Order: sequence, then C-alpha cells, then structure tokens
Amino acid sequence: MHELAVTESILDIAQKHAIQAQAARVTDIYIVMGKLSSIVDDSIQFYWDMISQDTICVGAKLHFDRIPAKLVCLICGNNYTLDDGLTPCPQCNSTQVKVISGEEFWVDSIEIVK
Amino acid sequence: MSSLRVPVVEKILSANDKVASLNRSRLDALKVFSVNLMASPGAGKTSVILQTIQALSKEMRIGVIEGDTAPVTIDTDKVIAAGMPAVQINTGGDCHLDAVMLKQGIDQLPLDQIDLMIVENVGNLVCPAAFTLGTHANVLIASIPEGDDKPYKYPNIYRGLNVLILNKTDLLPYVRFNMEYFRQGVELLNPGLVTFPVSCQTGEGVEAWAGWLREQVFKTRKAWL
Repeated sequence: MHELAVTESILDIAQKHAIQAQAARVTDIYIVMGKLSSIVDDSIQFYWDMISQDTICVGAKLHFDRIPAKLVCLICGNNYTLDDGLTPCPQCNSTQVKVISGEEFWVDSIEIVK
Repeated sequence: MSSLRVPVVEKILSANDKVASLNRSRLDALKVFSVNLMASPGAGKTSVILQTIQALSKEMRIGVIEGDTAPVTIDTDKVIAAGMPAVQINTGGDCHLDAVMLKQGIDQLPLDQIDLMIVENVGNLVCPAAFTLGTHANVLIASIPEGDDKPYKYPNIYRGLNVLILNKTDLLPYVRFNMEYFRQGVELLNPGLVTFPVSCQTGEGVEAWAGWLREQVFKTRKAWL
C-alpha cells in the first residue's frame, strides 16, 4: 500500500538529478531493489504512469534490478540464498544468521536526453 | 540531442529519513525518550499503552501520539482519561505514519513537560516498517491469536525492532500457538531480540516491559546530561 509514497520518492529523486544535469527529458530509470524490500514492481509501474504525467519523466521506463536475499550463518559461516520464505541455515540448521544482501532500495541511475 | 547515463545512487524514501532525523534531534534536545509502537489491528496497542501509563505514571510524564486512519478519537480519549496528554494524527486513510505526520504530532505535544513519548502507529505489519519516524526505539506488539507464523509472513517489521512484546498470553491455553516456531522465526530475523510476554488482561509481564522502558528513559536521560 505504501507503493505510492515509494513511487513519489522515485519521481522526486529522478526529477532532481535530471534538472541538475540539465536534461530535456528522462528516458529510463534504473532502480536497485533487494528481494527483502517487499515492494511490488507492478504497483510502482501503475502509480508511475499516473504521477509522472506533466513532468520531465513522463514516459520514462522503469528498470528494476532485483538483488537476491543472501544470508550468512553466524555459527558455521555458510552463505546461502533465500528463495521463498525464511529458512534456518541449510547446513547446520542454526537460526543465528545475518542478512548480507537483499535490503537494497535506491535509484541507481537515470538515462536522460539533453 | 544526446543520450546520457547520469549516476544517482540515492536511497528511496530518503526525504522521509531526513525529516525523521530532524524529529530525533528535536526530541534529543528536549530530553524526551520516544518509542514507535507498531502492531496489527487488534493486537492491543492501546491496552499496552494504558498499562504502561499505569505502571510508570508516578515516575514520569508520558505523552502519546495516536495514529489513526479515520477521524475517531477513541484511543486518544482513553489516554487523556488516564491523565496524560495525547494528540491524534489522522492519516486520511494512509496505512502508516511517516516522519512528516509525526512532526505535526510532536508540534502539538507539550514536549517540555514529558519524559517519554509513545507513538501508536497505524495497525499494520507492512508499511510502518518502511517509514522511519525518528523515535529512539521500535517496538512491535505481536499477539497470541494472530498466530505463530507472523514473523515468517511479515519479516521486514521484525528486522527493524529493538523490542518485542508478545501480548494476550492469557489466551495460550485456548489457541493453537507453537511458541518454538514463533521464536525461531523471530530469531532468524533479529537474533537475541528482547521479548516480553505480556497479558494486558491479567497484568502479567507488564512490570517487566515497563521496567525495560524505565531503564531506557533513565539511561538515555543520563547520556544527555
């Protein structure tokens, strides 16, 4: 449900950097999003099409780079990737694990036309 | 016309984070310790707040910010009836509080007269996790009837917690709730998370939770001196 706020934030960031770079318009926006960030790409696209109207970003294509959720076991040192759901270390069954990646949530770059 | 790739690398929702850090500075300057209380609807947020007020009101002044999606003052009225200042924030249907809304709430609280500010977030286990408010501690109330699988289904909210309250423990004999499974999920997300089993119905565990909170308020206060 908070995808609207997320989309507005993406638009703000893209607009700010486009203006700084004296862009005529923005054609592509590259977003890095970890798998753990519980955001639905489709909803962002849906809001994007509505709120980017009448801005320098209208029509820009959103690209999502989904970073897999990776964990490290603090007991045996095993690195593993989460597919679905949350699982203890598949090697030693420990629940003492730490997230290494999957929480990323930023605008990486924009493609502009000058 | 030429096409150009411009590097950005800016965190999404960073504008919220900026306002959150302003909120924190303001609370620090006035020596008010603050908690962001999150939970699903019906987990017992207001009951925990009322019990906390009862446990701590002789030692400190507590102010409450009530986040609600509709303009009903049911929760706020209860806090005011318990003798503490309370401010209602109506999110206008939004599913979470954000830092700007909290700022508006803080503006209306007599901050110089309180030691502890409790923020009751909107009942929701998803969105509040994404919006930092600037409070000092994130607290989640899980409750027995919600089920033991909630850490697995709502991992993000558990990951950012400082404390967990497990409410309605008086219902354990009547509800199927696998404590070990629940604890395993919590442990995976937030190893060693301080957890207080509580029943607002019987009062069990309230003192332990209030004791933790008391310690935080005094500890933080000391650090500010």
